Amino acid sequence: MAEATLRTAPLDRTRVLQWLQTYGVYAGVAALLVVNIAITPHFLSAENFRTQAVQVAPVIIVALGMALVIGTEGVDLSVGAVMALAASVTALYLGYGLLPALLVVALFAAAVGLANGALVALVGVQPIVATLALMVGGRGIALVLLPQLKDLRNPSLASLGSGDIAGVPYLILIAAVLALLVAFVVRRTTFGRQLLAIGDSRPAAQLAGLPVRRVLILVYIASALLAAVAGVLATARLQASDPTSLGNLMELSAITAVVVGGTPLTGGRVNIAGTVAGAVLIQLLTATLIKHDLPPSWTQIAQAIVIVAAVYAARGRGKR
Amino acid sequence: MTVTKADVPVTTASNEPAGESEPAGSARSERLSALIQQHGALAVLVIVSLVASFSFDSFATGDNVSNMATSSAFLAIVALGMTFVIITGGIDLSVGSLFALGGVLAAWGSRHGTLVALLLPLLVCGLIGVVNGLLVAKSRLAPFIVTLAAMLGARGLLLAVTDEGADTFLIGKGSVLAELGQGTTLGLGNPVWITLALFVAGAVVLRRTRFGQHVYAVGGNEDAAALMGAPVARTKILVYTLSGLLAGLAGALNAAWLASGVTILGNGMELEAISAVVIGGTLLTGGLGYVSGSLVGVLLLKVIQNVINQIGSLDSSYQQVVSGAFLAVVVIAQTWLGRRRQLM
Repeated sequence: MAEATLRTAPLDRTRVLQWLQTYGVYAGVAALLVVNIAITPHFLSAENFRTQAVQVAPVIIVALGMALVIGTEGVDLSVGAVMALAASVTALYLGYGLLPALLVVALFAAAVGLANGALVALVGVQPIVATLALMVGGRGIALVLLPQLKDLRNPSLASLGSGDIAGVPYLILIAAVLALLVAFVVRRTTFGRQLLAIGDSRPAAQLAGLPVRRVLILVYIASALLAAVAGVLATARLQASDPTSLGNLMELSAITAVVVGGTPLTGGRVNIAGTVAGAVLIQLLTATLIKHDLPPSWTQIAQAIVIVAAVYAARGRGKR
Repeated sequence: MTVTKADVPVTTASNEPAGESEPAGSARSERLSALIQQHGALAVLVIVSLVASFSFDSFATGDNVSNMATSSAFLAIVALGMTFVIITGGIDLSVGSLFALGGVLAAWGSRHGTLVALLLPLLVCGLIGVVNGLLVAKSRLAPFIVTLAAMLGARGLLLAVTDEGADTFLIGKGSVLAELGQGTTLGLGNPVWITLALFVAGAVVLRRTRFGQHVYAVGGNEDAAALMGAPVARTKILVYTLSGLLAGLAGALNAAWLASGVTILGNGMELEAISAVVIGGTLLTGGLGYVSGSLVGVLLLKVIQNVINQIGSLDSSYQQVVSGAFLAVVVIAQTWLGRRRQLM
């Protein structure tokens, strides 16, 4: 009996941290919603929710791919560059129609993903450096293809960016469908299981006979394709191709969303619902500070604190 | 590291017979691998510089060389700190923000005298480095994510100091600080001499002091280092502090050179610094690296940039393409060389 009472104190602390890691992000979103409904004027309107959701949709889409990569104990720094590349290529091939342009974008993105994946899986380069090369080079290629901002006047692209079904913008629908798809892949498919096994221990996965190289390459291709989708959607919303600044710092936003959402950087576990909530949390935090006329510097400092708090809560969980 | 382990069973099978029959040959090729790893970047730098000086009349002129040296100096100081961090197996993404913050604080402080202008950036950036180090070493958080948060936080602090980027502080002409940044000694800018002095000091610290040995030991195998009695946590805190200090100093010198604290500087500088360090032969897995290599890596990046500017018809975005491609080639080569060395 005495032993049991002695052991409750440390156990509770672990339990609190565990709870925070799993549900903290939802609690954070809920708290921000309540605070905003209470103190922010005009917060509780369909228009405002639509604006916030449309802004966060590209981040969510990129973060989905990032979550898969982080699940394999990797990281993909090239996602912002892929968004810029998608914007350039869209602008170049839009003359042939939207669908052909999208196909070429997918081709470019798949090539970037293949290069990343090959460096990581075949050559054995650390993910952070492998994708760093294309983070630098990819934006360079995007700028070589299209040196500056270009206005795009294409009705089908415009409707992709600003159209809606029953009041719900396409951007949000696409992000939702992709989130469900990725969650399904992670939870219910062999590929998802293999991905998590590799993240848990790559040598063990290799010894168990899993197709480690193929899975890794596919994961990086998936990440690049999702980033390209986000790039096209952002371009459609802007109705302009902006390879100079589109996707800048997107890799950081995506990693933040994934980490805040409770996916450990050490791999082996992926939390898709948490990732979506993580992106929403950062968006709400930024929106709250902006709506109360607090300067952007506060947003960045707040974001930094949220990141550190999230990894601190995740500390010691997953594998060492 | 896990990669190499996983691939061992596959590759040893083909390498073992060769290794057993001619041990002398394998020792020679191991030395060759080590040589390429350590001095490959230097060889490329020499070749690129030679080709450039034959191809462009304006490349090997005193003015151009002096300009390249000065513009390399600031990145080189940042890369020096990064080298220490990377040898311990860590990474510091906050240096770009600290570079900008250091510049702004130096320019702001220059109104209160040179001493304040130099000490303030060192104090603030050093403190942020200490926090990075504490979170990495004591709380055992991933360096990548800790310094990412510091990158955002420092940028936020910078915006707060400059009224959201609206204020630009100037450094008065003729002050000691301006002289430090803009003056020349023996034909080269003062920042170049400061950088060279820092690199000599850095090389001595890394190679000849106990702290330097601890840096290698922690990066080589943290558990083994701890078992041997190396102060793992202290070493880590010190390298992140050093990286913060050097980034702040580089920013202050850069502001002195530009005569103002420009708020938008330093974006992507962490990536340039990491690229330079990796190109210079330091392994991102830790435990192996050279201060001199990082200097060569910085020079190589700046020479490539200069050559692309010389060609003129090429847009500056080609520079990013070339840098990225170059980084990929170096990383692939290093991975192969590193694997060969581990197998033999």
